[in-house]
Amino acid sequence: MPDIIACIKQIYDLGQIKVDASSRRPVMEGAARKISDFDKNALEEALRIRERHGGKVTAVIGGTKDAAKEALAMGADEAVVYEACADSLGTASILSGIIRKIKYDLIICGEASIDEYSFQIGPRLGEALGIPVAAYARKIELRGGELVVERELENRYEVVRAKLPALITVTKEINEPRIPTLLQILGASKKKITEAGHVKAEAGVETLSIEAVEMRRKEVMLKSVEELARVILSEK
Amino acid sequence: MILVFSEDDETALEALANGRELADSLKSELAAVSLGGNEESYIAYGADKVFSTVLEPHADSIVEFISMLIDRYRPEILLIGGTKPGKEVAPRVAQRLGVGCATDCVEFSLEQGKLVTRRYVLGGRFIAVQRFLRNPQIATVPPRRFLKKEDKTRKGEIIKTSFKPAEPKVQVLEIKEKGPGALRIEEADIIVSAGRGFRKKEDLKLVFDLAEALGGVVGCSRSIAADLKWLPEERWVGLSGHKIKPRLYIAIGISGQVQHIAGIRDSRTIIAINSDANAPIFKACDYGIVGDLYEIVPRLTEMVKKRAL
Repeated sequence: MPDIIACIKQIYDLGQIKVDASSRRPVMEGAARKISDFDKNALEEALRIRERHGGKVTAVIGGTKDAAKEALAMGADEAVVYEACADSLGTASILSGIIRKIKYDLIICGEASIDEYSFQIGPRLGEALGIPVAAYARKIELRGGELVVERELENRYEVVRAKLPALITVTKEINEPRIPTLLQILGASKKKITEAGHVKAEAGVETLSIEAVEMRRKEVMLKSVEELARVILSEK
Repeated sequence: MILVFSEDDETALEALANGRELADSLKSELAAVSLGGNEESYIAYGADKVFSTVLEPHADSIVEFISMLIDRYRPEILLIGGTKPGKEVAPRVAQRLGVGCATDCVEFSLEQGKLVTRRYVLGGRFIAVQRFLRNPQIATVPPRRFLKKEDKTRKGEIIKTSFKPAEPKVQVLEIKEKGPGALRIEEADIIVSAGRGFRKKEDLKLVFDLAEALGGVVGCSRSIAADLKWLPEERWVGLSGHKIKPRLYIAIGISGQVQHIAGIRDSRTIIAINSDANAPIFKACDYGIVGDLYEIVPRLTEMVKKRAL
């Protein structure tokens, strides 16, 4: 029965991040936080594997206890929360430190977080732990002590095999994350949340500034379908 | 030394153009990693040196080979093509070396001899300016973003490098090509997209008709693909779906949530048709028309067809 770890990042709801009018910097105050989309697919896949093969699912979460409660309501057996770090090298070091203390056969990450889209944490974590890495999985099958994964690349699918323990990153196509019922949400409060708190980690990249991108579009409003057809035919 | 690698030749040539500019400014040399067969073109497109080896293109072996080259030649910058396999290799190499990595950089510059990169963050609405705390400075270069530059008179050195990788931890059992029939909306020139403004699935025929008349492909918003599931995810346009860069993008009945806007940012011309004059899409388009899509789209399709004949 496999012990599975799902790595999860809590992010700000991107639609709710505002722009400071004078500095053009992002304003996070007031923006709701949620589990990054593909990380939900990662947790969902962990839960489905547990349903087929038994075992245990631990959610390791960069973020607050709220995200842990959501993961537990979805069905994780327990959760570990740590203070997220803005840098991929730093996050991978913190995560690998936490995961080394947990027994695992399989680690599942989302292919990327939808705020940063760096695609780094899964591959870095696998490298740090010295285990096989298969990114962009759209199908996973456990066969004994082995993992068979179908990965989606730009112009082909690759079916690969690796021995456990291994790490995979998943795409959004792999499954449809479940929505917890009220009963599951209430039941989650009994499950264990461990706080790893703040762990110091060395960063690899320094961010000098973050500024809103200016969308420069013409914003010409047309009055008739004839005008619209003319524009489309000239742009075509 | 600046070292460039991509398993995709076209992306490698584009990354070499970036590498050439940086190498000239730094008075450094530009080297490329080749897995065999493309050494001459790498030189014509900017490389001073090509480290050539024959290697199965497995991530495990490539990570090992690049790490070996870094150990031997100590490059200050490593540029890796930002294909899916490249984005797997780059962070693994960076993790081995304990250094940072910047994914999908849209601009490279130098400040006091150090690389400064720009990349989109926070759903593509913001741009982050970053620099590296240690060498090698590792960045991935998105495909089809930069122009390659050929100079047939260039001379360079091909260094055959013998390398025996360890047995890969991940074995490839089967490769299934997606084939020409597969929709790759990222590469489409004209995209006509449907959103929540459509009342039922059958009505999407209006979008397919217009797309056909224009010789384009059909895309859709998140709600159509993910919530209603009227169209498959391969047609989902947006940051969590597919980021697109067509010449012409027509958004029909799409309000324009930030993630959708971020996914269409690189389109050349954006046209919006929506019944709500306050829809955010009108602040992100080149041309917009307020009205009922059920009236506008069929008439538009007719006009396009007539003009095309």
